Amino acid sequence: MAEAPPLRFRVPEPLARPGEQPDFSYVQISDPGAVQRPDVAAASAELRDLSYSLICVLGDDGVAVGQWAPEIRAEALIVGLRAMMTTRAYDARMLRAQRQGKTSFYIASTGEEAIAVGQALELGQRDMFFPTYRQQGWLVARGWPLVQMMCQVFSNEQDRLRGRQMPIMYSAKDVGFFSISGNLGTQYIQAVGWAMASAIKGDTAIASGVVGEGATAEADFHHALTFASTYDAPVILNVVNNQWAISSFQGIAGGEGPSFAARAIGYGIPGLRVDGNDYLAVVAATRWAAERARSNHGPTVIEWVTYRAAAHSTSDDPSKYRPKDEWKSWPLGDPIDRLQRHLIASGAWSHEQHADLHADIERLVLEAAKEAESYGTLLDGRVASSKSIFDDVFEVMPPHLRRQQRELEG
Amino acid sequence: MAATQITSDNDTVDNDTADNDTADNDTADNNDTADNDTADNDTVDNDDTDEMSMTSGMTNEQAGELTSRPMAMNIAIRSALDVMLGRDDDVVTFGEDVGYFGGVFRCTDGLQQKYGVHRVFDTPIAEGGIIGVAVGMAAYGLRPVPEIQFADYVYPGLDQLISEAARLRYRSGAEFTAAMTVRMPCGGGIHGGQTHSQSPESIFTHVCGLKTVMPSNPYDAKGLLIAAIEDNDPVIFLEPKRIYNGPFDGHYERPVVPWSSHPLGVVPDGYYRIPLGRAAIRRSGNDLTVLTYGTMVHVCEVAAQESGVDAEVIDLRTLLPLDTDTIEASVAKTGRCVIVHEATLTSGFGAELAATVQASCFYSLEAPIERVTGWDTPYPHAQEWDYFPGPARVGAAFKRVVAA
Ligand SMILES: Cc1ncc(C[n+]2csc(CCOP(=O)(O)OP(=O)(O)O)c2C)c(N)n1
Repeated sequence: MAEAPPLRFRVPEPLARPGEQPDFSYVQISDPGAVQRPDVAAASAELRDLSYSLICVLGDDGVAVGQWAPEIRAEALIVGLRAMMTTRAYDARMLRAQRQGKTSFYIASTGEEAIAVGQALELGQRDMFFPTYRQQGWLVARGWPLVQMMCQVFSNEQDRLRGRQMPIMYSAKDVGFFSISGNLGTQYIQAVGWAMASAIKGDTAIASGVVGEGATAEADFHHALTFASTYDAPVILNVVNNQWAISSFQGIAGGEGPSFAARAIGYGIPGLRVDGNDYLAVVAATRWAAERARSNHGPTVIEWVTYRAAAHSTSDDPSKYRPKDEWKSWPLGDPIDRLQRHLIASGAWSHEQHADLHADIERLVLEAAKEAESYGTLLDGRVASSKSIFDDVFEVMPPHLRRQQRELEG
Repeated sequence: MAATQITSDNDTVDNDTADNDTADNDTADNNDTADNDTADNDTVDNDDTDEMSMTSGMTNEQAGELTSRPMAMNIAIRSALDVMLGRDDDVVTFGEDVGYFGGVFRCTDGLQQKYGVHRVFDTPIAEGGIIGVAVGMAAYGLRPVPEIQFADYVYPGLDQLISEAARLRYRSGAEFTAAMTVRMPCGGGIHGGQTHSQSPESIFTHVCGLKTVMPSNPYDAKGLLIAAIEDNDPVIFLEPKRIYNGPFDGHYERPVVPWSSHPLGVVPDGYYRIPLGRAAIRRSGNDLTVLTYGTMVHVCEVAAQESGVDAEVIDLRTLLPLDTDTIEASVAKTGRCVIVHEATLTSGFGAELAATVQASCFYSLEAPIERVTGWDTPYPHAQEWDYFPGPARVGAAFKRVVAA
């Protein structure tokens, strides 16, 4: 027998590093409208192709084509456009506040706004969203007050979470937004549990969980798909594939081979691979998955193909690990531009209206920031009382915490 | 170099340096001003020819260069990894953002370029996976040094640590072992909120089969990390992130002081070890004994100064195995003891220390032992400095215990 060759240890490398030409040739793209839209009752075994193609509705000309083009009125699309633009303006304002020391930390969702906004507007008021830290678009789209969001970012006296949480870790039960954990992946399986509970009680509400492509590596991802599949849980399992997990490209999460959507196949769950920068595709895929869940056909995995245009967070410098202008070469463009183009192409919108809306949003965000700042920021130290850190550890404060609270107060 | 060879060398070094380390405690009285002193005592390089000759065949070159330079703690950690990757082909390091980027705290900066992707690499975001593969690699015979990006994120890896790494030697009758060092930044002071601030050391000290280390300065960080990597048992290496860049004493309102202005911020370039299980006396005193580690060492030193209490500040450096000799000798001398850690109070490592002190020093104690710690709440974001046991709280405890 021939001697075995030495084994090789392979570590995936992205196609482009700083100083090199951006290269997105690895991103498989289907033509707009090319992918068939199956019935929601179809067996998952018949849906495997959906994990390898890309559901895309909007062409370069802004025209919506194909079976996935959703029936949706222009007014509803303008609501989505407005929410995406507001989210982007909000992010820009908060990044600025962080640079000014008014908050300790910030995470922007630039380039990925369509996903959270589309889901917020498509899912029902009683459904529950289990977000990551990059889904602030949901809160904006659901009309949660910007001032309230900012008060948390500033950790000021009006912060509903009383300064306990990091700036971007919102909790907003009234708009179906589960409390964000800083620990990646943990909430994915919780979304499944919430959905199982809804089924156990014979309720009609469904759940939607989010994980980044990087965090699909956590065991929670496997737990979520296994439980969802076992119990046909009424849940949408979103994977936001924005290509980067801090400095790690999606290949480090095993993304070089089959798509993240295709992970679902082995669990017997349909997995859709969808253009996450196409607002209409976001609406359509969400609608399909929600309908499946609501009609007791079980869970759907959706991989949203998008790009993290911003730094990971204010602590990050992406120029150290990816080409500086990579975002400009991203083949799926900018979700705001694309929806704007669609609305203009369909005659429902104009450049003037868009400019007016932009100015309007800038003004509203600035006003909100001024109001929020008037309640204090981390910089001026007008934060919730130190005494309050002992609240909510338990429902009823046990004696040892009361003792510690007295000790802190001196 | 094969792992077994290294170990036998090091065991000799360990035993031989034990005496010198006691001397270290004495020299530390002078506030460790002479970095050469500390280097001599803890290490096998520099000009300590006696030690050199005792390290069975270790050449000067292996012992590293004789030069020292100012290093921040993250740079000293990087230097330890650099030295060990260079000396031992079995050493590998990996974790989230550790490879190309060099780690979110820069502790592996440039190492992938220097040693290649098969020695220094990025991993999927899966702490259970990271620690699990480390156990497998160690079983093969490598010396993996995985990084967990924040101690707050180690929990998905606990099963692999507690049920596997810690017990592999025991359950296999030493047929398989898990010689691995799991590095992770810990502690608060950077406005990281509840998921970037935790000090989970007592979770590890409670597990039979794990050693737990927490350095308080660049010099120790490097020497301890080298000793940890050479150790044949799994070691948890906790790095207080607030002191990566400078010795933080709790006065957050003051400008950051760099390590370059601190005697223990001067670090030899080459190889040296600080044996695990040896404490260091950072400040000698007669009024009371302070048992502390990590960032709190600096807080306690400044608290002693500001409160006017002549405290003997002991930096434990290794929590398990614990240097009970140094602790007992000090408490026998001072008759009083304050324990300070940033972690929460209840079932914290301070409880273990208090029990140890009362058991061995009961008849020397003239006052009840006090603990100053983080409160029993998650680490709050905005009220960070109300939570952090700063010099005012520590100094007040010193005064109470002296007056008791
Ligand atoms: C359990 C856990 N491990 C590590 C981290 C540190 N961390 C925070 S965000 C991040 C990258 C996440 O990437 P991805 O899941 O792709 O989401 P994205 O940030 O791209 O939206 C890492 C490693 C964490 N928060 N939790």
